[in-house]
This record gives sequence, structure tokens and C-alpha cells, in this order.
Amino acid sequence: MNVTVEIDAVRESELLNVSEAGPASKRVIAGFGFWIFLLSDIVMFSALFASYAVLAKASAGGMTGIQLFDQRNVAIETALLLLSSYTCGMMSLAINSRRYLPTFLGAAVTFLLGVAFLALELREFQGMIALGATPQRSAFLSAFFTLVGSHGLHVTVGLAWLVLMMVQLSLRGFQDVVVRRLHCFSLFWHALDIIWVLIFTVVYLMGVLP
Amino acid sequence: MTEMRWDVAPGDRPTIPASEQGASSGFLVYTIGLLLAVILTITSFWVANTSAIWAPGVPAGLAVLAIAQMGVHLVFFLHITTGPDSTNNVLALAFGVLIVFLVLAGSLVIMADLNQNMMPHTDMLNLQMQR
Repeated sequence: MNVTVEIDAVRESELLNVSEAGPASKRVIAGFGFWIFLLSDIVMFSALFASYAVLAKASAGGMTGIQLFDQRNVAIETALLLLSSYTCGMMSLAINSRRYLPTFLGAAVTFLLGVAFLALELREFQGMIALGATPQRSAFLSAFFTLVGSHGLHVTVGLAWLVLMMVQLSLRGFQDVVVRRLHCFSLFWHALDIIWVLIFTVVYLMGVLP
Repeated sequence: MTEMRWDVAPGDRPTIPASEQGASSGFLVYTIGLLLAVILTITSFWVANTSAIWAPGVPAGLAVLAIAQMGVHLVFFLHITTGPDSTNNVLALAFGVLIVFLVLAGSLVIMADLNQNMMPHTDMLNLQMQR
């Protein structure tokens, strides 16, 4: 935002039409490109959701969602991811005003909440596999592990990305390119939270309805 | 014609005149979003577990709450707005939503139709009947 504001201030005197304004700033282009990537990622998730919805009842005599899903665990996972999305937003604000300490603090809290989410999810998977509910057991479980596992994989990638960005930030400071990448990271993280909203609704809450 | 000549990047808040832009307004936006999301999440969990609501209506209620919460995330966390400087982002989002709708609705309708037509013949092809 700051970049656009600055450009606006510079061009304040010579207001141009859209067609004459020249190319948009790099932040806008990078952000928009990443937005397109996120939408294609969401389209991929929609295919996983569709296969899960089709196969949700195909438990092949094995365990069903009502027996497997622990609502308390899901509620804690949801709270962790939502809070990490919020602290990620706080981090973006600190980045926009170019303050180091709040940025690192926001990143650390976001990272820890994400790790806690991932740990809970892995423990849940472990518990299910210990009960014999492995992905090979039924079409329902294959679809479940694919859908929720893909989301978990995205969270893992996001965490690695966050660590990488903190290293870059400490080495290079608030260079434009670093700020752009951090901006893309926060878009990614918020999008993951949106997908989790669908997962906890469609998989966990609708899955335990009688 | 506004003073903005380019769309803002997705995730950036639309440029507000400096006079209206308080130092804490960004913080306020995220906090309102968090509060709304928490309220909607708690409502979702309540709806799924209560017996006060007509049971066949529960899935529809959950779907509405989920869509509302996704809207809250888009507006308050990703700052996708209907403002004139966000047109490209909204158009891209609309296209994404269209594809998601086609994939989901198409799969569900086709598979439900197949299930219905194949029921008398064999259970093997009927995925939903493999209980």
C-alpha cells in the first residue's frame, strides 16, 4: 500500500487516465499474480472437496466420521489457525510501517500457532491410524486423508516459507522484494484459513451429524 | 474517476484519504474480522451439536455459516472489497468461485445421478452404498 501511496503522491500533479498511467507497480503485479495462483490452488481443493463429498459415506464397513472425529480437537485446531491468521495480519501491519520488532514478534507467534495446529493434526492422524482407520481402509478414509492432508501439507510449506522470509528479513532488511514476498506469504496464510473453514464445516461438523 | 489509477494488490487495503486514516485503523479491521470469525465459528459448532434446530436444516445452516465466515475472511483479512480499485481482484475471485461451483456441483450431481441409475444392477459400482 505504501508503494502505491508514494506513487500516487508523486503523480498527484499530473492525473492520468488508466490507459495513460503506464504499468502498475511491481507490488500490485506480484500480488495479483499470487492471487491468481491462490485461486487455482482453491480450484484444486474444490476437486478434493468434491471427491470427499462423493465418497463421504463409502466407509466400506470400516469406521465412520462419527466414531473417528473429536470435536474438541477440531475446535482447538480451528482456534489456533484463526489466531495465527490474525497475528499474520498484525505482522503485515508492522511490515507496512517497517517496524522490525513487531514483525519478528508477529512472525514468531504465527509460526508457533501454525506448529501447534500441525502437531494436533498429526496426533489426530496418528490416533486414527492406530485404530486401523488408515487411508487404505476405505474410499471415505482415502478422501479424508487426501483432503485434510493436502491442507496440512500447505500449512507445512507455509511454515517453511515463513522461516525463510524471517531469515531474508534479518539479512536484507525491508527491501522491496522482501516486502513483496512477505505480502504474498500473508495472502497464502489467510487463504489457508479460508480453506480450513470449509474443512471443519464439511468434514468435521457435517461428518458427525446423525 | 478516483485518484487511484491502478487496482490495489490483493491483501492491501484500499487507499483511504489521509485525513480518515487513523494509525490504528488496520488493527481495528483485523480485530473486527477476528471477532466476527470467532462468533461464526462458535455458532457453527453450536448448530452442529444442538437439538434446538430442526435436524434436516442443520447442514444448510452450517453451509450458510461457512460461506459467511469465508466472506468475513475475504473482506477483513484479505481486504477484497467492492471498491473501484479492487475490480481485477474481485473479477479473478468471481471466476475462481465459478470454477469451484462447477467442479463441486457437477461432481455431486453426476455422482448422485449415477448412484440412482445403477442401484438396481450392482452394488459394486455404487460408491455410496459400500458401507
